[in-house]
Amino acid sequence: MVTTALALPRAARRIDEGLRRSLAVTGRNATLARHLGYWWLLASGFFEPLLYLLSIGFGVGALVGELPLPDGRTVPYAEFVAPAMLASSAMNGAIAESTMNLFAKMKHMRLYDAVLATPVTPVEVAVGELIWATVRGGMYCAAFLVIMVAMGLTTVWGALLAFPATLLVCFAFGGAGMLLATFMKGWQDFDYLMAAQFALFLFSGTFAPVDSFPTVARWLMELTPLYHGVELVRAATTGTFQWVLLWHLAYLVALLVVTLRFAGRRMGGLLLK
Amino acid sequence: MSLIEAQGLVKRFGDFTAVDGIDVRVEAGEAFGFLGPNGAGKSSTMRMVGCVSPPTDGQLRIFGMDPVRDGPAIRSRLGVCPQQDSLDLELTCLENLTVYARYFGIPRKVARERARELLDFVQLGDRADSPVEPLSGGMKRRLVIARALINEPEIVLLDEPTTGLDPQARHLVWERLFRLKQRGVTLVLTTHYMDEAEQLCDRLVVMDAGKIVAEDAPRALIERYSTREVVELRFGLDGLDTYADKLAGVGERLEVLPDRILLYAADGDDAVAQVHGRGLTPSSVLVRRSTLEDVFLHLTGRTLVD
Repeated sequence: MVTTALALPRAARRIDEGLRRSLAVTGRNATLARHLGYWWLLASGFFEPLLYLLSIGFGVGALVGELPLPDGRTVPYAEFVAPAMLASSAMNGAIAESTMNLFAKMKHMRLYDAVLATPVTPVEVAVGELIWATVRGGMYCAAFLVIMVAMGLTTVWGALLAFPATLLVCFAFGGAGMLLATFMKGWQDFDYLMAAQFALFLFSGTFAPVDSFPTVARWLMELTPLYHGVELVRAATTGTFQWVLLWHLAYLVALLVVTLRFAGRRMGGLLLK
Repeated sequence: MSLIEAQGLVKRFGDFTAVDGIDVRVEAGEAFGFLGPNGAGKSSTMRMVGCVSPPTDGQLRIFGMDPVRDGPAIRSRLGVCPQQDSLDLELTCLENLTVYARYFGIPRKVARERARELLDFVQLGDRADSPVEPLSGGMKRRLVIARALINEPEIVLLDEPTTGLDPQARHLVWERLFRLKQRGVTLVLTTHYMDEAEQLCDRLVVMDAGKIVAEDAPRALIERYSTREVVELRFGLDGLDTYADKLAGVGERLEVLPDRILLYAADGDDAVAQVHGRGLTPSSVLVRRSTLEDVFLHLTGRTLVD
């Protein structure tokens, strides 16, 4: 009894201190974000999904007409595509921040050599960077949701529900991106990542429901992470709630926890020789 | 209690042994040096003490704690000035310090005040809001020293603090480090400059190929391993070895280097007279006091800077 009574506050304090140090890592990026040039970099990530939505959602959408949702209702194509663009942009934003930037900070700027000489540990660096990746991704998502509401592609409630879903997508892909960054040898590896990201973007129930593909292809798609993100965000913006959402939720949380854990360990191995 | 205590400390990278079983003790308030050529294992030792490199074998205690288990607690009381500057080039000088302060959990307000003070201390007060990139090598090194002091550390680890700096910049860094020492901060530094070691260190170990070959105060090392004076003789470039035979018996000892001969003698002028007495006419003669460089040469048969 006594030991648990003592151990609990101690564990809580450890997590508290760890989180504070992680936020200090996030704070470094926030400090940089006060510099002017940084915002131009951010703007680029916002326009891409918007352009896709305009060209495919509305352009192609005019030819496609209405699409059925899992609960049997039908919606205009733009309403079907918009949440998928949102989830993809959350993924792209989080991956950009966590792979390229983490890789640059680790290998080229040698930023963490100095950070790890302080009480901050590799896992705390990983968590801090992940929070920043999510802040950045979250900003894209919030802006995109405002546009969706303005265009009548979702309701305000739908947008408010979708926002935390997009944050989870950011977190999960941020974690995965960070883990991948620890395996990257050079910049050419990022070409493979871009190709993989683009494949996910095309085949995750983004432009067409997965059940319109052959069975084997469908299974494959259902294994990939963006599919779960798209389904979750689409359920929120279209107001389609089914038990299967719990599975999507669990998948993304598991992806986050597992990748973050391994990313922290691998960063430790790479930096603390 | 010693602040740093190492026994049989070993660091291996694969088959390569960087640090080969060293014993070191650093007491509070002293300036302790690791002197040795590149590749002697100085930096590997410093990284182990800085708790960013787990020891392969042996005992290491810093503040009486274990670097692997208590890393964050130890690091919160250390200031580290690494060999590569590792500054955040995207941030300003002031931001480099305030952001770093947050890693130690120092409140924002305190961090800003301390950062300003430290920038003044390293004479960069007027550069607070300028980016790091255009700073000269000496300024960057001073900024790194300021950064290492942001948490008011009990021990400051300096890995080659003046390598790559011009003489003027080096003297400025030495002067600042000397002030720190006067304030009672424990300094641990590595260097392959014997003048740096002589000026800054109360006590030092001479390292070669991962091992400690001697340990004492700089002056004591010179007295024990070298003579009071040294005569440097040059005879052109060929046949230095034949001159060595002709010089046998002059002074206590002699070393043949690729470009000159060193004669170790208590009285340099007397040795020079003996050289002339043997009918030898060197193209140049220099009598100087013994330095740590001579100690190193005597102990390892090699020069410090190659």
